[in-house]
Amino acid sequence: MNLNEMTAHELHDLLVGKKISSVELTTAVLDQIDRTEGSIGAYVSITRDQAIDAARAVDKKLADGESIGVLGGIPCAIKDNICTKGITTTCASKILENFVPPYDATVIAKLRAEEPIIVGKANMDEFAMGGSTENSGFHVTHNPRALDRVPGGSSGGSAAAVAGNEAIWALGSDTGGSIRQPASFCGVVGMKPTYGRVSRYGLVAYASSLDQIGPITKDVTDCAHVLNAIAGHDDMDSTSTAAPVPDYTKALVSDVGGLTIGLPKEYFAEGMDVEVERAVRSAAATYEKLGAKIKTISLPHTDYAISAYYLIAPAEAATNLERYDGVSYGVRIDGVDVVDMMKNTRTALFGAEVKRRIMIGNYALSAGYYDAYYLKALKVRTLIRNDFVEAFKDVDVILAPTAPTAAFKLGEMVDDPLKMYLQDVCTVPLNLAGLPGISIPCGETSTSLPIGFQLIGRALDEETLLRAAFTYEQQR
Amino acid sequence: MKVTQQDLDTVASLSRLRISDEERPEVLSQLDKFLTYVDNLQQVDTSNVEPTTYALPMKNVFRADEVKPSLDRELALSNAPLKEDGYFKVPRVLEE
Repeated sequence: MNLNEMTAHELHDLLVGKKISSVELTTAVLDQIDRTEGSIGAYVSITRDQAIDAARAVDKKLADGESIGVLGGIPCAIKDNICTKGITTTCASKILENFVPPYDATVIAKLRAEEPIIVGKANMDEFAMGGSTENSGFHVTHNPRALDRVPGGSSGGSAAAVAGNEAIWALGSDTGGSIRQPASFCGVVGMKPTYGRVSRYGLVAYASSLDQIGPITKDVTDCAHVLNAIAGHDDMDSTSTAAPVPDYTKALVSDVGGLTIGLPKEYFAEGMDVEVERAVRSAAATYEKLGAKIKTISLPHTDYAISAYYLIAPAEAATNLERYDGVSYGVRIDGVDVVDMMKNTRTALFGAEVKRRIMIGNYALSAGYYDAYYLKALKVRTLIRNDFVEAFKDVDVILAPTAPTAAFKLGEMVDDPLKMYLQDVCTVPLNLAGLPGISIPCGETSTSLPIGFQLIGRALDEETLLRAAFTYEQQR
Repeated sequence: MKVTQQDLDTVASLSRLRISDEERPEVLSQLDKFLTYVDNLQQVDTSNVEPTTYALPMKNVFRADEVKPSLDRELALSNAPLKEDGYFKVPRVLEE
């Protein structure tokens, strides 16, 4: 097996055992990028020289007998909406094409303590708005498992980099499914932690009450390691929780005895691909065989989640994206006065989907429509959240598809935004309720496209998710 | 049609965006289709339901009001499209 195909925890053992060097490993990943990036397009930028320098520093530490973190010396990709000091951070938008953050996001600052090797910034739907990465302002990303198909989105570059062995692991962000759906489409593991579990400081805001950073990895063990490195309270993010951070690797126990797993009937609705449904139900059967109790449950307001999400997220986005006005950073297109300059800049440099969501958001927030749209959506959000509170009285974990289909073809949905929004039907309810979710591979379609299923947990109960995901992974 | 031409003008202005005459029919129709889609929310009885802005229970978060190190001025200005004497520079705001 080539080094770039291995997991972080395997590579860590080789590094500390002096079987390989970080430079060797980093070179293997950069070589893979040279070979396949032309056909995949997972990255917006590649930080080759900094990566090799960082790898040398780790090798020196190892040679000097110093200890390194589990992610130390291991190459990773960072979604391009997470601020990296001195490394261009574009959100795949032309409006931020030249933006070089003067500071690190908290997750990056925390990771730097472990000295991972950042090989590049991953492509995404512009400002994380989309489910296919086709809304990138720069280029599309191809699914490494089927080059004529999308990698999912919005963290499509992160998932494609990991699936294509162009990175060992990656960070993504998830506002309505943007980690889990691309993980499912690319056949890798992706977790959205509980809202507040990971600091959002330095994550370029899309919808602040929904956004959360999380890991995209090749297996569940790596997912636990990355979560260990990034979780925790941050004074710079007042919405981050002060709840203590456990050692998530302790949850990697192959045992689901005594767990009750709920199957929500609303998530197996019409329009779902039959092969996906079969694979997800078969995963449930596997859990039953392993000693878990399976129970059919109801989350009655599921049907309204898409509507609530696509009012709340754009409303928050319209507010958050006001800052791109050509004044203090980003690209400016001049005008005769300041408002003219702002309109020129925003009209020329935002993509179509970003403009659509800004306008939807401003419409939903505007006088006369606020109560009917925005406030109504917030009330329905309460009902969706209560559905989960009720369900978790009877079950420990909920099992559902991650997405209603496997990866679709490039170009298949670009002209139909509403159809694209329906891709998020299984993922947005968690964001609205603030709950953690993990997507794990569970087989393939007859045409060899990866299928994933999703485990949903109680707030701050990532441990049970990891335990159940790990148990399933061990059985495959 | 749920959205009028005037609604569209208001929304575009609030958004600091221009919509060209060619784009107008398509933008209007998409916004209209979207609003028709989200109409299903009106079927839900929310008469005694409080809105949720954050999913996890969270009250006002206070911290001590202390001076701490912050971003250096030059660094804060490093991405500015145009700057002068330590300030961001923009085109004129008021009529002469």
